[in-house]
Amino acid sequence: MGNEHAEIIAVITIKPEVIKGGGAPVFVVIDEKELQETSMTIEKVMDASAHEINKDTIIIVAR
Amino acid sequence: MGTYLLPVIIGIIFGFVARMLLLRTDFRQYPTYPTGRIIHLSFGFISAFIGAVAIPAVLESDWTAVTFLGLAATQFREVRKMERESLEKIDTFELVKRGAPFVEGMAQAFESRNYLVMFTALVTTLCAVFSFWIGIIGGILMLVVVKFNMAGKFLSDIADVKEAAIRFEGPTLFVDDILIKNVGLEDTRKIITEQAVGAIVTPKNQNSIVTLSFLGQRQAMLHHVATILGSYLDSGEPALIPLTKRDMADGRIALFFLPREKDFNQIKAVLDKVPVLDSAIRMPKEADKHNS
Repeated sequence: MGNEHAEIIAVITIKPEVIKGGGAPVFVVIDEKELQETSMTIEKVMDASAHEINKDTIIIVAR
Repeated sequence: MGTYLLPVIIGIIFGFVARMLLLRTDFRQYPTYPTGRIIHLSFGFISAFIGAVAIPAVLESDWTAVTFLGLAATQFREVRKMERESLEKIDTFELVKRGAPFVEGMAQAFESRNYLVMFTALVTTLCAVFSFWIGIIGGILMLVVVKFNMAGKFLSDIADVKEAAIRFEGPTLFVDDILIKNVGLEDTRKIITEQAVGAIVTPKNQNSIVTLSFLGQRQAMLHHVATILGSYLDSGEPALIPLTKRDMADGRIALFFLPREKDFNQIKAVLDKVPVLDSAIRMPKEADKHNS
């Protein structure tokens, strides 16, 4: 509740060329199906939540 | 002291009965075990005793005793601290937290109940000093006052609860027209579409807009629904954690949660009965905002 600190712990994308910078690992996948599967795995492993930036990119956010 | 023995005993009995009436194990699930109850009953007994002996001490002009009783009464502040600490510790293990303001409200209630008991015993003894039967009548009157006049306000007094549709616009989750959050996984979106329930809480006036904006009050609503109607949730599933969001323009509160029991009549009944927290009550309407 309130203003917890949130952090991007992973980025999963079909278009790696649109992502710059570091801090979180970037997982490059081929299609939307794999995007969803990979995000799901990481979300469950990290007990974090997945948020869709756009059709090609999902970020995993831990609080 | 022999003349006061009977009034004091009557006072203690009524005070203790008052504590028993006020000690209830309800949906808050606390205290449940006999050990927890014993703590409160024995505190209640001590406060009933303090209240009951105060009047004879005054009548005998035993001022030392009166002073000591006043000192003893302040010890009940500890009850609040004790309750707050244990409830806060328990709260860290809840799936849907009570929130610190709710815990504070409960602790406050536990402390005030002891003072009520003390007051009941005091009044009863005072009446019983005159006659046995006046004492009994006074005691019963006090029990009625204590039991029925100490309830706070409920959410239904300050707001209307309505069911609202849950929908997705792409990855964005809405309850009615209020944005809740962004959900990335299709799987989670499916679970939310199937399991989640949305509700809109519309404040009835300017005061309740401010009261409802308080995060503690909103957390209390979520906690109530989760304790009574269950929740489709586990630790490590932040995507399914119930949330409240506020329409900043008109102060409506959108609730998003995944209850086990999805019948909205029951949900509405539960939400209507959420206590308005003491710490949440704001009364900007009462304040003088004009330069005279």
